[in-house]
Amino acid sequence: MQRSNSLLAKIYLVLIFLILYAPIVYLIVYSFNSGGTMNEFTGFTMEHYQNLFADKRLLSIVLDTLLVALLSAFVATVIGTAGAIYIYSVRRPKQREHLMSGNNLLMVMPDVIIGASFLILFTYILPVPLGFWSVLLSHIAFNIPIVVLMVLPRLYAMNPSMLLAAEDLGASFGQILDRVILPNISSGILTGFFMALTYSLDDFAVTFFVTGGGFTTLAVEVYSRARRGVSLEINALSTLMFLLSLVLVVLYYSIQMRDARSNKGGRSHA
Amino acid sequence: MNKSYQRLSVPYYLWLIVFVVGPILLLVYQSFFDIHGNVTLGNYIKYFTSWNYMQMTLNSFLFAFLITLLTLVVAYPFAYFMTRSKRKDLWLLLVILPAWVNLLLKAYAFIGILSKDGWIASTLASLGFFEEGFLFSNTAFIFVAAYVELPFMIQPLYQALDAIPERYIIASQDLGASAWQTFHRIIWPLSMDGVRSGVQTVFIPSLSMFLITRLIGGNRIITLGTAVEQHYLVTQDWGMGSTIGVILVLLMFLIMNLTKDRKKGVA
Repeated sequence: MQRSNSLLAKIYLVLIFLILYAPIVYLIVYSFNSGGTMNEFTGFTMEHYQNLFADKRLLSIVLDTLLVALLSAFVATVIGTAGAIYIYSVRRPKQREHLMSGNNLLMVMPDVIIGASFLILFTYILPVPLGFWSVLLSHIAFNIPIVVLMVLPRLYAMNPSMLLAAEDLGASFGQILDRVILPNISSGILTGFFMALTYSLDDFAVTFFVTGGGFTTLAVEVYSRARRGVSLEINALSTLMFLLSLVLVVLYYSIQMRDARSNKGGRSHA
Repeated sequence: MNKSYQRLSVPYYLWLIVFVVGPILLLVYQSFFDIHGNVTLGNYIKYFTSWNYMQMTLNSFLFAFLITLLTLVVAYPFAYFMTRSKRKDLWLLLVILPAWVNLLLKAYAFIGILSKDGWIASTLASLGFFEEGFLFSNTAFIFVAAYVELPFMIQPLYQALDAIPERYIIASQDLGASAWQTFHRIIWPLSMDGVRSGVQTVFIPSLSMFLITRLIGGNRIITLGTAVEQHYLVTQDWGMGSTIGVILVLLMFLIMNLTKDRKKGVA
């Protein structure tokens, strides 16, 4: 039985909802403002977008950002999936628990701490110059636990007797992986990849610490421009970034939904 | 069979050692060095004896507390009404979406919205509040931080509230409980899991924020996160930065322990 909300409750829902979206809408609307500020809308223009696309430096930053996101998401998906299958195979609960707390540590650790400690790592231990490679490695590092968290529930939702049956029938490990495990967890791997992509595109704090000044991603570039004040070109850039993350989120949810439909009953905890 | 699985573990273990355990140990190690590279306990002594650092820590706590409280107060009724609305899933999706928008973009939007010439700031100024501008004030910082964290509070609350069986509420009403009694005795205790994890997910980032403190709080608000960034990237005093970092990590574990779900054991 579903009871409905009172009028007051409905107003509250809508009000908070409007507050949640107001800044985003505001940002997008002003990206088309012909005036120079975010205070008064003086007329429609595409000028800021044109400036954006004419900005060669910015274009190369966009490409770098996408390259880091795709590469880091891909590598993290491979390592994370392997890690998840390994964690799934561990029989001792204590050991599994340790592996999971190691995995979750990076998820809960504040960004500043990850950034600062990675900076020490790249300065003293890993012979990697600050720039593209340090950023890429950092992104791979913080993307791995996300992939693990996306893949593990799919593994646990799998029917374990399939593995035993495959083993009994004499399948090699490679065959089991290729024919049984991977097809069963493919949606988890895919969502893991998209999540990693989103995390990488979103990251500001960690990148900010390990870029060393020479290399920039979009988020870091927006930050340094925003510190100098409002410029509607940032609005235009932000609008495009928003649309990109929107596409990724929609993709993510459509995979989730498709998955939920095809796996009715076997609901696993995320 | 297990041997084969073992091979898969190699890159994963490598990652665990190099990028999870290693950096934390390095942070602790670095915290024992002063700015000239000498081994010292000075950073910790300075942290615990200097009023500046203590004040900063207390401020950081106060800000994080206010941000968490504000999001909880706003999110709780919102999440509750969400569970009772007809299109729950749609609402949930609409709440999650802004959480995926890059933090920077949201912070940047507020620079525009709250700027001195904008209508919010000028209305406030004409009413006699924040006459020197609303943007770089403590209130603006708390407001924007709470805005950013709101979806992360709503989600766990929604999940916990949605899991409460409707018949419990009907039963309590049948037994003559007032609305307040139903809330106080049934809904609130049963939603504690959500409150705990909401507080956890909002409080820790609020302690360690540095982007919003810089963009919205001006350079006046120093939280633990801002201090780490400052010591690392501005003054280059990595030792002191690491000391604050170690303290931040310890505080994080403390908070996670305090808000741990005691029934399930592992958070």
